[in-house]
Amino acid sequence: MFQVIRQLLVALAAFLFAGLALAQSVSLLNVSYDVARDFYKDYNPMFQKHWKAVAGETIELKQSHAGSSKQVRAVADGLDADVVTMNQASDVDFLAEKGLVAKDYARKFPNNASPYTSTMVFIVRKGNPKALRDWSDVVKPGIQVVLPHPKNTGNGRYTYLAAWGYALRQPGGNDRTAQDFVSRLLKNAPLFAAGGRDATTTFMQRKIGDVLISFESEAELIAREFGKGEFEVVYPSLSILTEFPVAIVDKVVDKKGTRKQAQAYLDYLWSAAGQENAAQNYLRPRDAEILRRYAAQFPAIRTFTVDEVFGGWAKASSTHFKDGGSFDQIYQQK
Amino acid sequence: MPLRSLRQKVLPGFGLSLGCALVYLSLLILLPLSGLAFKASQLSLSEFWAIASGERALASYRVTFGASLLAALINAFFGLIVAWILVRYSFPGKRLIDSLVDLPFALPTAVAGITLATLYAGNGWIGRHLEPLGVKVAFSPLGIVVALTFIGLPFVVRTLQPVIEDIEPEIEEAAASLGASRLQTFLRVLLPALLPALLTGFTLAFSRSIGEYGSVIFIAGNMPLISEITPLLIISKLEQYDVVGATALAMVMLIISFVMLLAVNALQWWAANRHQAHAASAGERR
Repeated sequence: MFQVIRQLLVALAAFLFAGLALAQSVSLLNVSYDVARDFYKDYNPMFQKHWKAVAGETIELKQSHAGSSKQVRAVADGLDADVVTMNQASDVDFLAEKGLVAKDYARKFPNNASPYTSTMVFIVRKGNPKALRDWSDVVKPGIQVVLPHPKNTGNGRYTYLAAWGYALRQPGGNDRTAQDFVSRLLKNAPLFAAGGRDATTTFMQRKIGDVLISFESEAELIAREFGKGEFEVVYPSLSILTEFPVAIVDKVVDKKGTRKQAQAYLDYLWSAAGQENAAQNYLRPRDAEILRRYAAQFPAIRTFTVDEVFGGWAKASSTHFKDGGSFDQIYQQK
Repeated sequence: MPLRSLRQKVLPGFGLSLGCALVYLSLLILLPLSGLAFKASQLSLSEFWAIASGERALASYRVTFGASLLAALINAFFGLIVAWILVRYSFPGKRLIDSLVDLPFALPTAVAGITLATLYAGNGWIGRHLEPLGVKVAFSPLGIVVALTFIGLPFVVRTLQPVIEDIEPEIEEAAASLGASRLQTFLRVLLPALLPALLTGFTLAFSRSIGEYGSVIFIAGNMPLISEITPLLIISKLEQYDVVGATALAMVMLIISFVMLLAVNALQWWAANRHQAHAASAGERR
């Protein structure tokens, strides 16, 4: 009997020791949005090599990808993310509100803590048969627009705000004309897709609609999937700059003692190698020199940020997407 | 009689198994549901009402419950036929069809939704023949019914199968030899015996449909006031980090579903009783 107990104790001790040894190898969890998968699949090995060289430490990098607001709620509920890399500031704002991320996270890194950007563009059928050049063409009667749900998806929200901002910046533009403009855009939508990829499938595969509005980076993925001959990318005269904020989750790195590594992991996004990787994934790098080198794939386009036109995501959300906001108003006028 | 049966059960372990069942159900169902109710109770009654009776919310209840009801009715009818065929006849490929029925259980609902949307879209295999007739299935409320019919089918078939197996063919033969027409045999002899199981299958399919999200959003088109289901509005609120508003809508769904399920259960109880009473009186007459 005693022998059995002793054996059990030994086994237990061995188990605990193994656990301890495991805990000693450093690992970071990066909780990210859905379509960042390709970017970090390339980026993580680059950082591992870099970190081995400068700090002599082997680091394990774990990724989690899903819809961004779902991810953020998981982090708020206790998912041990060392860093979050999102596609919309309102998601990181939510963590800041909960006290997991510094209130001034946007100033902890350069460029509003967004290592790369993108913008919303039009994807039209080959030869652009409906001659769609700008937002004003897209809202004309009889044009069919495919976009993801403007209230439920980040992609759709950016499209909504892009159209709103464009209308505001037109001569005589004000909130009333902008709302009217956006309601004409939504009236041209035969459906609201469940997400960005679903919108792409609907447009490319099911051949619904004259124009798909999506991220510039998505256009390249479409080319890989369906071939370049099937569609054309049209850059409107003005669009929205979409930012992808990153942040350290203070509460987690302080508990795990991984602040140094987390900081380095995010800093490295701004390195030449990190910026180059962004460009190769069709995300516009912040580094002017690298952007110039990839100028062929990133035509110049005039953009505005959410902060400039809407006074930040918090305000944009409450005026446009919360219950009774402008989106609801458009549907309740009818 | 009832007293004695309470005191000494032939089967042991009543207390233990009842305790286990209650703890299990409390942990699994009552606890999350009371959490939901607690969260919703952070709203005042007027706030709750404002969310629950918003224009988009009302339209979404109509779409959700209407489409679920229609889908469950379709399944009750065709599910009965499928179950009947599978039990009563033998034909080549029967095993295959029998296992096909379970597929909607196993398939991830998002896959089902995307596949159905592709099939029923204007250029899809089915949609291309329907659209010229003016029937738009994908990205319309009709698409929701199609998706819900797909996921609800196994519930009806799998509930009916064992009951049909229990009805011996001799009963039909007896009815026929006593001069009943085929329709009479079905309506007066078979249907009463099947009705309780049919209602159970219908209820399961219906309640599964009410909560369905994954397959529907890909085929619905999600237009406000037209083809938005209530679960989509709940997600919509969660996207805005409005957890309390989301639970308010969830509470409304829960209450409506509960009342409807209660009604169907009462109906089922009535049908079973009537059937038993019939059988008993028939026995006495004999």
